[in-house]
Amino acid sequence: MKPLFESETFVCIAAPLAVGVVLFAVWEIGFRLAAVPVYLFPKPSDVFSSFLQHGPSLLRALLVTLRVTLQAFVAAVILGTLIAFMFVQSRAIEVSLFPYAVLLQVTPVVAIAPLIIILVKNTQLSLTICATLVALFPIISNTTLGLRSVDPGLASFFRMNRASRFKTLVKLRIPGALPYFFGGLRISSGLALIGAVVAEFVAGTGGRSSGLAYEILDAGFSLDIPRMFAALFLITLTGVLLFAAMVGLSQLALSNWHESETRTET
Amino acid sequence: MAALLPVETFDERAKQTIADDRPPAVEVLSAEKVFANGARGLAPIDLAIAEGEFLTLIGPSGCGKSTLLKLIANLIEPSDGRLLWWRGDFAQVGKEGRRLAFVFQEPTLMPWARVEANVRLPLEFANMPRAIADPKVADAIARVGLSAFNRHFPRQLSGGMKMRVSIARALVTNPNLLLMDEPFGALDEFTRNRLDDDLVNLSWERKLTTVFVTHSIYEAVFLSTRIIVMAANPGRIFRVMTIDHPQPRDQGFRDSPQFSAYCRELSTWLAEASLQSAGGGQK
Repeated sequence: MKPLFESETFVCIAAPLAVGVVLFAVWEIGFRLAAVPVYLFPKPSDVFSSFLQHGPSLLRALLVTLRVTLQAFVAAVILGTLIAFMFVQSRAIEVSLFPYAVLLQVTPVVAIAPLIIILVKNTQLSLTICATLVALFPIISNTTLGLRSVDPGLASFFRMNRASRFKTLVKLRIPGALPYFFGGLRISSGLALIGAVVAEFVAGTGGRSSGLAYEILDAGFSLDIPRMFAALFLITLTGVLLFAAMVGLSQLALSNWHESETRTET
Repeated sequence: MAALLPVETFDERAKQTIADDRPPAVEVLSAEKVFANGARGLAPIDLAIAEGEFLTLIGPSGCGKSTLLKLIANLIEPSDGRLLWWRGDFAQVGKEGRRLAFVFQEPTLMPWARVEANVRLPLEFANMPRAIADPKVADAIARVGLSAFNRHFPRQLSGGMKMRVSIARALVTNPNLLLMDEPFGALDEFTRNRLDDDLVNLSWERKLTTVFVTHSIYEAVFLSTRIIVMAANPGRIFRVMTIDHPQPRDQGFRDSPQFSAYCRELSTWLAEASLQSAGGGQK
């Protein structure tokens, strides 16, 4: 048993945490000494007290954003995986459709969000669609790559044993694609959140939404900068937690066999 | 020393590629392979592999030994000529008493599956129920001495152990014809010798017909009842050596003067085969 401070997990958590504490301390003390006005740039203590003050409304907003994010994420995972399966069925399908997947990826969501919000009456649904469009591409491209990356030796072993198409998919392609798929999840989870927030920004001007983006906009209009920061921190925290959840999931699924999740034994 | 050997003359070559009176497991009938780029991988080859024979293919790079093995495995089709398996076409391979298994150069295990799941795979292809499959799997794993590791993942095993798993996976279907493409090429000599010992016993016990591709002279002499020396440009059978020593063999055979004599002779033949492969014969 190694001492706590030598354990890798401890260092991985403690070191960034220490950096954060130092940054916050410098920020708090520096801004106090320089007497920067709160309406220009708040101190951490201002943000914290604002969070206590607006807690309920901020958390309600967080729930709204989180709901859109998770809906979009789940939709992106399901859709993206289905599209990837379709792509690997035949080269012709992939060649003819892949450019459109790229098109989807390079079109900025801010540019199409107003259109979607106009076309889809239900705000929640329109936001989810926007966020899904943002989160979709990494799932498609990673899963497609994974399903194609079959060990050639194993592939000929399957062929030689006259394995059915279905067995080859279930026993060879899908397990082999998992590391790529989980890589896609990590990117996509963050993008779903970004997509949700950006779409809320666009929709929020109409005042129909009450997500975190709306909180930020609203705080901006009333020059309540600490509340703006509080909302911002909530978004960041959500993103980090989503990412951590994906890392945990991928460790759970791959730790037994894949190099990316196995610790080198010394 | 050379007197110990049944040295064959060139004229006897044709006769020797047709084995003795045992029924053939595989017959290669004037099969040749021309690749898509026009290269002649294999000149027409005639070869009969008798049941229970341990046949080794050896020769310089590009001599077509792997191509010939793939033809026998039906992984590729001959450009001309044909092959027979148990005097029939490939469609009836896989039936009881006519099973074929292939062991690759690499272990080619599924990294996400435990040893037992890797070994069970061929039985799952055959849709065998777990209750029937499990004892067969345990038996195959025990045969290669890995019973203590059946819940391990491949990455937890050494290279030699992974190769053993690969062999267990080939044995689990109870094959009659075992095809091996340089299976121990990546292993150190000590591990290779131990696996060779096991293989020799195994093929003897199970009365396997084995076709083995290797680069190692010692391995070829130790394992084989017959060695086909091949030459390149185009790939062809150069000479055939019969190893006249009872099976199963053990370390005693490796230490015998007879073994050294065979190795020396085979080494000379290989050098000649390389010379023949260099320029001539290309059309």
